Parts: sequence; C-alpha cells; structure tokens
Amino acid sequence: MDKILISGNWVCGEAAIRAGCRFYAGYPITPQNELTEYMAEHMRRVEGGTFIQAESEIAAINMVLGASAAGARAMTSSSSPGISLKQEGISALAADELPAVIVNMMRGGPGLGNILPSQGDYFQATRGGGHGDYRTIVLAPSSVQELADLTMDAFDLADAYRNPVMILGDGMTGQMMEPVVFGKPRPRRYSEKYVLKGCGEGKSRFVRGLILDALRMEEHNWKLARKYSVIAQKEVRFETFRTGNAKLVIIAYGIAARIAKGAINRLRDSGYRVGLIRPITLWPFPAQIIRDTAERIGNFLVFEMSAGQMLEDVKLALEGRARVSFYGRPGGVVPTPAELAKAIVQEYQR
Amino acid sequence: MKKVFSRPKSLKNTAFHYCAGCGHSITHRLICDAIDQLGIRGITIGVPPAGCAVLAYNYFDVDMLEAPHGRGCAVATGIKRTLPDRVVFSYQGDGDLAAIGTAETFHAANRGDNITVIFINNAVYGMTGGQMAPTTLLGMTSTTSPPGRSATLDGHPIRMSEVLAGLDGVRYIERCAVNTPRNILRAGRAIRKAFQYQMDGVGFTMIEVLSQCPTNWKMTPAESCRWIDEVMTKTFPVGVIKDTGKGGTHAD
Ligand SMILES: Cc1ncc(C[n+]2csc(CCOP(=O)(O)OP(=O)(O)O)c2C)c(N)n1
Ligand code: SF4
Repeated sequence: MDKILISGNWVCGEAAIRAGCRFYAGYPITPQNELTEYMAEHMRRVEGGTFIQAESEIAAINMVLGASAAGARAMTSSSSPGISLKQEGISALAADELPAVIVNMMRGGPGLGNILPSQGDYFQATRGGGHGDYRTIVLAPSSVQELADLTMDAFDLADAYRNPVMILGDGMTGQMMEPVVFGKPRPRRYSEKYVLKGCGEGKSRFVRGLILDALRMEEHNWKLARKYSVIAQKEVRFETFRTGNAKLVIIAYGIAARIAKGAINRLRDSGYRVGLIRPITLWPFPAQIIRDTAERIGNFLVFEMSAGQMLEDVKLALEGRARVSFYGRPGGVVPTPAELAKAIVQEYQR
Repeated sequence: MKKVFSRPKSLKNTAFHYCAGCGHSITHRLICDAIDQLGIRGITIGVPPAGCAVLAYNYFDVDMLEAPHGRGCAVATGIKRTLPDRVVFSYQGDGDLAAIGTAETFHAANRGDNITVIFINNAVYGMTGGQMAPTTLLGMTSTTSPPGRSATLDGHPIRMSEVLAGLDGVRYIERCAVNTPRNILRAGRAIRKAFQYQMDGVGFTMIEVLSQCPTNWKMTPAESCRWIDEVMTKTFPVGVIKDTGKGGTHAD
C-alpha cells in the first residue's frame, strides 16, 4: 500500500473521508486550519459530501447534530477556544445518543492563550466539558500515522456507542509531516433505525434531550451511565514502552509521549531503567495498567504539556500505591527530550 | 352533511400544553394543514426550539429533532444538506431566533439554505416567564423591563423579517398574525407557500407569525387578539416582506 508524506491536519481530513465522513462543518482557528481547508477541497470529491464553513463553532457543531441525526457520518474540528463553544452541542449529541467526531488540536490557554501546541484541555475533554452527566470517548494520537488510524476508528466507535468521540491532538501533531499508510476503510455498521429521515408511511419519531419528568430523566442518565461503563470496560487503549525492568515509569500521552520516548531512549543508552505508559484513550482512562505496573514499580513521573491535569487521573489510578511526581510545561512550551531527560534523572536519583 | 373542519392528519391527537388563547397551538395546526395539503408528512423533518414550543414534537406527527436554544437554523441546515429532498422546517420563538440564535438564523438565511423557518413573534420570552425579548415593543413592560422597554437602556425592537429580507439568500418572507380568522387563513396560505417554495428548491423562506401570549401580556385571549391589531402591528406590520420566488405573487 502507498506510503505518503502528509501533515497531521491533512491526514485527519483524508482519513475521515476514507472512513466515510460525508459531512463536515468547521470554523477557522489556528493551529487546525489546514484540516478545515482540506475538507473544503476534498469533500466535493466524494458523492454526497458536504462541506460548510460555519459562522461559528456553535453553528458548526449544531450542523453536525442535524447531519448526524439525518444519518451522515459527521465531523467538526477546532482548537481550544473553539472547543469551548462546541461544548453545548457535544452535550446535546451525548444526550441524543448521536454519533459524531470532534477534533481538537489543542493550543495554549486559558482564554485566547496562544496558537502553540499544548495539552491544557485534558480536563475539558475527559470530564464531559459540557453540562450534564455524560462522557465523551477521547483518543490521543501521538504520531501522524496514529492520527490517521484513530480518526478512522473514531467514526466506528462513535457509531458503535452512538456517542460523540473526540480526537485530542495538539498544534504540533496537527502540523508536523510524517509518512503514513492508510488503513482499509471498514463498511459502516449503523442501523437505519436510528436515522431520522422523514417517517414515510410509518410512525413519526423524535429525538430530544429535554426530558421534563425527573424520574424519566434519571432513567435516561442511568442508561447513559451503563453505556459508559461498557465503554470503560471494552475500549481502553494504551501502549507500554520499555517498562520491562524499569525502576521509573513516565506516564504521558500524545505529543508529550513522543518527547518522553526520545528522553527514555537517551537515558536507557546511559543505563537508566526508565519506561513509558502512554494512554491512547484518555477516557476511558487506562487505570488498570497503571495499577498493575505499580505492583512492580514504585516510582512514576507524569509528564504533560499542561500544569498537571492527567496527573489527577494517575493519582486516582494509583490510590497511593506508588510515588508519583510531575513535570509539566504549560502555555504552549514544547520541551525537548534532553530537557525532559534531565527532569527524569533528578527524579530517578531521589 | 359536509364536513368543513377537522383535525389535520399530521397533528397528533394530543391536548396542547399551551395556555388558553396562545398563538402557538393555532400555528401548529396551520403547519399541519399545510403538510397535509402538500402531502409531505412522510418527507418532513421539523426542528423544535427551546421555548414554549419545546414540546412541539409531541404534537407534530412528523420526524423531529430538538435543537439547543437558538440553534434551530444550524440544525436544520445539517439535516437539509444531508437529506436535500426532504422538507425541513425549524420552529422558533423570538428569543430563540432573534437573540441567542441571531447568528445561526442570519447565516442560514444568507447562505440561502433551502429550509423554512416558522418564527413565532410574541414579543416576550414566554417559557421562562415573560422577560424582555429582542422584539418587545418600546414602552412594553416585561419582568426584565419593569418600567417598560426603553430605547436608550434596552435598544429598539428588532424587525428580523426586514433585517433578513435584505440578504440575497432569502427568497420569501411574510409576516402574518393568528389573531383573527382572516389573518389565520392568510398565515396558513403563507406557510403552505413557503413549504412549496422549499419543495421547488427556491431557497430560504421564513414566515413570521405575530402570536398572542395572553399569559405574559397579562391580558385575556380576546384582549390579546385586539392588541395585536391595535398595537403590535404598528411596530411589526403584516404583509409580504420579500418574495422573489416563482411568480412573486402574494400569498392571498
Ligand atoms: C442556552 C440556553 N439559555 C437559556 C435557556 C432558557 N430558555 C428557555 S426558553 C427561553 C426563551 C424562550 O423565548 P422565545 O424563544 O421567545 O419563545 P416562547 O417561549 O416565547 O415561545 C430561554 C431563555 C435555555 N434553554 N438554553
Ligand atoms: S406563556 Fe405565552 S407563549 Fe407560552 S404557552 Fe403561554 S401564552 Fe403561549
């Protein structure tokens, strides 16, 4: 199969189209504009493909809501401040049990922040972000190849659970170029019975998030909660790297994990026994592997391009079973492997 | 004996939750009549709002997808672009369409999205208890304009139909009322025409309906109906605002 050199933002668009995405609405924001532009160019290539440059992120996600209910594989993308605006629609998608893929190429925040790569939206992504008792499946790619693969997977997961799925990348993953081989598109498995397309001769249906009766609303919340617990059991993904005989294990995701691998390779060459656990799904969080690793290893270091957000999930997973320290660079700073290696050595020698 | 009046087929046989004298229920009927007359029940998808009509899916016997407050036009756009051969309408109040959802409405209209908006203008936020809307008349009291709406403090009532009519993507807008038998018949024809235009692929259409809200206006239903003629139409004159569809004829 052909290997092509392509940027993360483009690959995300291409993988989406190959996965059968036929509706994209977005609003420009750096550093993910290339994705919106890619969709503008290439959606017209496929039959029934719709591209809309929406007037805002709020409009874009609500267009996705309509398109998803009408049966299209639908996607929108943005970066941090724009994702804040999309949260209304993500909550609505979750309430309505509608599939959709939302890409967030994170940048420095809070507020307008800057346009540099960051991981400051972990809380927002993994805690729901919008209002109400709901969950978003969150996938965190750490290479352009993985971005391609996870984008395709995201549509399948969204359909399988009828739930919004977020791809949580960052400005760097979006803009770097790497060789990619596309996986085979899989046929869509999504029952027509969920598609709202006019009732024909049959009974009319409605899809709504408003449930005024408290007991029925509670029932709906428990139904969603049961679905989330199935996802939490079945969909956890992670990678372990050189944890075999490690004395210290780094926990990092996305681009930070990439940097961590560089640091670990250097340190291993100089005899330091360090390894990495890389969560690929941020929700559901791979707590079990961290807990299991703590049986053998007493020292963890969480590394994030934030002031420490995933750190909380790691602590919850460890429940005090092991020491955990933190190294972070928020605000759009991308540390080098050498810088991280220094921080690791300090911790290692404690 | 000849039957001259009956429940439209596309209106579910359910009692409305609306207050006595409310214009929402009349407008629902008119939409269902239009759907029946055009024979489009099976291909119609409605988008109800947040607002007193939030439960509209309990009444319309067509497929419906609820939109978050104000986002009706964006949701309708998503549906229509995915299923271009369906008839898609959003149903929105003035708070929904002219405040929180102004941008979505304006841009769907400007893109000329081939959808129909039924815009209920009752000059207040009904559902949340009678607060000031963008359409509240000058001097009109509401729970958030207790001394009466003041142009300097609160701005002027927005004539959305006239504002949207200035956009090239808009093909047909008519302001109607549901306060008298004559106006009701006329509103019904306008709604049918808007749906017909959509079926013809003409572009964005909107029917504004001046709709009585006796509860929040603190009037009897009869007083509300009179108030529309005597006061409300001074700020919001009824009639065709724009019609560039085929023929360009009046809904009458
Ligand atoms: C995001 C959001 N903000 C506020 C509300 C509360 N809310 C519900 S309906 C409504 C206003 C309804 O007024 P209007 O659109 O004029 O419709 P009416 O009730 O008069 O028919 C508001 C503010 C909401 N549901 N969602
Ligand atoms: S509050 Fe007003 S708009 Fe709402 S149902 Fe009652 S009369 Fe109708």
